[in-house]
Amino acid sequence: MRAAVIQFPGSNCDRDLAVAFARGSDASKPAQMIWHKETGLPAGLDVIGIPGGFSFGDYLRCGAIAARSPIMQAVVDFANRGGYVIGICNGFQVLTETGLLPGALMRNSGMKFICKNLELQVKTRDSVFTSAYQHNAKITVPVAHHDGNYQADTDTLKALQAEDRIAFTYTQNPNGSLNDIAGILSENRRVLGMMPHPERLNDPQLGGTDGSGMFDSLADALVSA
Amino acid sequence: MKARVFVTLKNGVLDPQGGAVRHALGSLGFEGVEKVRQGKVIELELAETDADKARASVSLMCDKLLANTVIEDYTVEIL
Repeated sequence: MRAAVIQFPGSNCDRDLAVAFARGSDASKPAQMIWHKETGLPAGLDVIGIPGGFSFGDYLRCGAIAARSPIMQAVVDFANRGGYVIGICNGFQVLTETGLLPGALMRNSGMKFICKNLELQVKTRDSVFTSAYQHNAKITVPVAHHDGNYQADTDTLKALQAEDRIAFTYTQNPNGSLNDIAGILSENRRVLGMMPHPERLNDPQLGGTDGSGMFDSLADALVSA
Repeated sequence: MKARVFVTLKNGVLDPQGGAVRHALGSLGFEGVEKVRQGKVIELELAETDADKARASVSLMCDKLLANTVIEDYTVEIL
């Protein structure tokens, strides 16, 4: 699996994500770190990660400036060609701002920054990100966000439900998110956005391994030459 | 030429910040504030001198960056 992680000023989960990708990568091909001012991607990538953090200080709207940075046009093109993209936390916000994923992430309904482990339910196994989990499996994953309140219009929600594109829900809604949504898939199921941080919980030394299923799923699906 | 952009949440979109501001006004003793909606004002100084062209260009800026039209509406004032 050839992975890359995009770095913006203010990204702070970029290295965690690269380590998580390394679970499924040949040690001689570590995840490539790509600065946001680049305009092109290296050839032969299987998956691109948009990391968590506070890109551009969350100025204007969370993820809004990052979504318009030079590298993101290349990421959008990559996704439109069928490439795999995962956006976690701020990365999810960036992906909604680019239009690769529908809806928007708004301020938490309780107004507070939430930083704790939460229980999620895996709502679909039908994606390269979730196939290693059991259907309806309950996993515990950290969240750390101020703007994780997923909102979308009725038609979008209906489409997400009808097409089995809700990847994860919270078992106890922390932020007001529509239908407890914690993560969603794109129409072609190759772009995942989620607020919780599986990359922070993929090694016993980090306190748990519930997040590792995602990176194991990816590695299984994207075994590359 | 100057332009002023008002970005507001669409009707029906929950505004937790507006709700918190309303609550704070209540605790300061301001009674009868039934609803608060919070938005943004963005001022731009433009080289353009034609008002219509300026308005068209600022509207495009709103669609592309200044507003997220999934959840926000905008209005443009040319000054």
